[in-house]
Amino acid sequence: MKPNTRPHIMKSAILLSFSLILMLGCSKQKTQITQAGITFCSEGSPASFNPQLDTSSTTADASSHQIYDRLLEFNTENGEIEPGLASSWLVSNDGLTYTFQLRKGVQFHDTDYFTPTRNFNADDVVFSIDRWRVATHPYHDVSGGSYPYFQSLGLKNTIKDVTIINGYRVEISLYTPDSSFLANLATDFSVILSAEYATNLLAEGTPSNIDVLPIGTGPYKFVSYRKNQFIRYQRHSRYFLDTIGPEHLVFDITPKSSLRVAKLITGECDAVAFPSQNDLEIIRNREDLTLLQKPGLNVGFWAFNTSKPPFDNPKVRRALALAIDKTSLLEAVYLGQATRAKSLVPSASWAYQPNMQDISYNPVTARKLLDEAGIPYNFTMNIWAMPVQRAYNPNAMKMAQLMSTYLADVGVTVNIVSYDWARFRENLTAGMHDSVLIGWSADNGDPDNFYRPLLTCAAIPSGTNRAQWCNPEYDALIESALKIENSDERRIFYHRANQIIFRETPLVPIAHAYQYQAVNNQIEGLTINPFGGIRFDDVVRK
Amino acid sequence: MLNLLLRYINLMVLTIAILIIISFSLAYVFPGDTLTNISGIVPQSNEQRVALEAVFKLDRSIFVQFWYYIENLISGDWGVSSSSQISLLEEISIAFPATIELITYALLVSIFIGIPLGFIGGIWHHKPFDFGVVTFSVVSYSFPVFWLALIFITIFSLQLGYLPLSGRVNFLYDIPHSSGFILWDIMLADIPDKKDAFKDALRHLILPTASIALVTTAIFIRFTRRSIMDEMNKGYIDAAKSRGFTTKQIFFKHGLRNSLLPILPLMAMQISTLITNAMVVETIFSWPGIGNWIIQAIYQRDYPAIRIGMLVVSVFVVTLTITIEFISRAIDPARDKFQRGAV
Repeated sequence: MKPNTRPHIMKSAILLSFSLILMLGCSKQKTQITQAGITFCSEGSPASFNPQLDTSSTTADASSHQIYDRLLEFNTENGEIEPGLASSWLVSNDGLTYTFQLRKGVQFHDTDYFTPTRNFNADDVVFSIDRWRVATHPYHDVSGGSYPYFQSLGLKNTIKDVTIINGYRVEISLYTPDSSFLANLATDFSVILSAEYATNLLAEGTPSNIDVLPIGTGPYKFVSYRKNQFIRYQRHSRYFLDTIGPEHLVFDITPKSSLRVAKLITGECDAVAFPSQNDLEIIRNREDLTLLQKPGLNVGFWAFNTSKPPFDNPKVRRALALAIDKTSLLEAVYLGQATRAKSLVPSASWAYQPNMQDISYNPVTARKLLDEAGIPYNFTMNIWAMPVQRAYNPNAMKMAQLMSTYLADVGVTVNIVSYDWARFRENLTAGMHDSVLIGWSADNGDPDNFYRPLLTCAAIPSGTNRAQWCNPEYDALIESALKIENSDERRIFYHRANQIIFRETPLVPIAHAYQYQAVNNQIEGLTINPFGGIRFDDVVRK
Repeated sequence: MLNLLLRYINLMVLTIAILIIISFSLAYVFPGDTLTNISGIVPQSNEQRVALEAVFKLDRSIFVQFWYYIENLISGDWGVSSSSQISLLEEISIAFPATIELITYALLVSIFIGIPLGFIGGIWHHKPFDFGVVTFSVVSYSFPVFWLALIFITIFSLQLGYLPLSGRVNFLYDIPHSSGFILWDIMLADIPDKKDAFKDALRHLILPTASIALVTTAIFIRFTRRSIMDEMNKGYIDAAKSRGFTTKQIFFKHGLRNSLLPILPLMAMQISTLITNAMVVETIFSWPGIGNWIIQAIYQRDYPAIRIGMLVVSVFVVTLTITIEFISRAIDPARDKFQRGAV
């Protein structure tokens, strides 16, 4: 009776597959690798693995504190400058010469694409700074030759020379005193690259690999990357500091914020970047998750492209600013998780001006000003809404939609424009926008870090001056402020700059937002770094 | 037979030629620069533009361009994605196997669940179990796939926390890409936690597979049930019964084979439905397959990727459909196409 056995096979196959599904479904224990590794769900793909080339915090998160170190570091608690790769430093009395004593025995990453033969020394410092500073440097034009952070601060014209005194001592001389110079060396962007690796790559004829297959001294070495999917890192076993971080680190690139939070709930992510405002309550209500919160050093704003008529007319800009009700934007977009911005710096900064005038909602005056400027009814403009969430603007698209209804009230029609993040910033720098909803997160606590990159003339080509606004009077104020050490005296200059911004309205400051990060309770040691990128060197799984 | 083969090859070549013409014209129809739409590269200088135009023969007549377009397609030179600047051939060769893998498992699940249930329902039709099977198939056939996927996520991932909701395997397992089939790749991979990785990959597979397999299972149940009912009502079955054979004997000797043969091609045709559903479900489960990839390309206005992606998927579906049709005609030439059900 051979045929009789067949239904049993069929039956048992079905039973087996069902039980397999059930069995798999119930097993949720962590295995060795998942125990030794941490998954961070980030919000986008980095533009490259060299933060010198990009000011986006996505790039800084993915590279700055994982792969690299800096000469100096910020203390994430109080913002003070601490030794990094430089163990000590000396500033001359005239404030023009900085001497750095470098740490010895610091090793670069040993990967399958590069094996270092020497430790970190002064050559690497000179290489890393000269790459963006010296236009004739063989690496200057590699990967586009644009160094937006340094360009926006005009550091190229501040530094006179970088010289090696001996193998572990470097001297940097400046043309003019710069009270924010040390802070700039501690930002996410002032990373130290390997000069030896660069020389090797140049010999092989593939110099651009330096930004694609990165080598640094940081706590993690780069393993692999696939755009819009993941970045893998492995712990740098010979890191010069004793760190307790995980053996494996993965960035799971998840652009949708609701999906990031969902993955945090299912345990697929251990920590997520930029949870959306709508999800904050869900995270707070869950016992297995923690919401980290800090007032952020950031500002979200609406910038007009002042190089394009009619936005070159301050009257038009003022009118459009008057047509917007900032209070309702704060409620609808930030859901109360932000404070109203009157100027560029938030109240956490010492340069904050509490008595600053604010532009208040007044559609009647707005229409009157538009008539005076000769703007007809049904004038059409575009608002570019950035496609990613940032603390300073969690939902630019929604904000743009709200603003378009306000602007319709004064007879202005709005087209909302958005691209993917990389293309968006490229086109912005090219000045293709009428106006844009974007913002800025500070890289250090110094007010210069807001005023200079956002609105000075030098910041137009580097692309951080989204208003493409150039005002010599404003630039002079910002320059003078830097020459002074005393913060009470510096503050006066910044307050006068505020007046110019108020009068000219190149941009409308909207909000200073809180910064959030959500983590699984199994993770310990993750903090919000108010001065830039996320760090995993002291993060452990309980 | 040769005649038939030639007819099908002719049909396939013509269809694919039309698809290639459409995809070629898309480079002109899409907004923006034709050169960028074809090559994926935004020329940074005039020299580069001239050089690129020479490569893609944009300086020549449209017929020459089309000829080179076909030549490039065949040689695998599909241009680069304008958002990632990676070769489209490479991106598709990573994304497409993931989709094939998903539909393979869904097809297997549908076969192993759908066909037995259909038989049981058909043999004991109009009995309580049959009503159960029919109800199940009608209900699951009526679910929109994307809705089902979201419901699965809500219940099994978010509420119960049993199953992961995105990806193919936890990224902490570093599985080298060789065949593109994740389970196979894990078996080949030289990693310490192989067993755990395999389990993890299976857990990632359950929800996406289940969401697309359910509809196909329902279709299979209905096909099989109908077919076995027709077969078991035929005269020779009655004759066998009157000779004293048991239902079991009749079913395994005659019913099974005779009822499966006509519906196998119909089932194979469901692969194209599976692909469509897989492409929808991929975006929900962040499954890194071709559907997800094309959606990303659309979001990022990556016209070269949209153009090639559309061409690859449609050529695959066309080739598959025509091949199945041909095989089913070849192995069973007795029935004409009206009996077999047309494509």
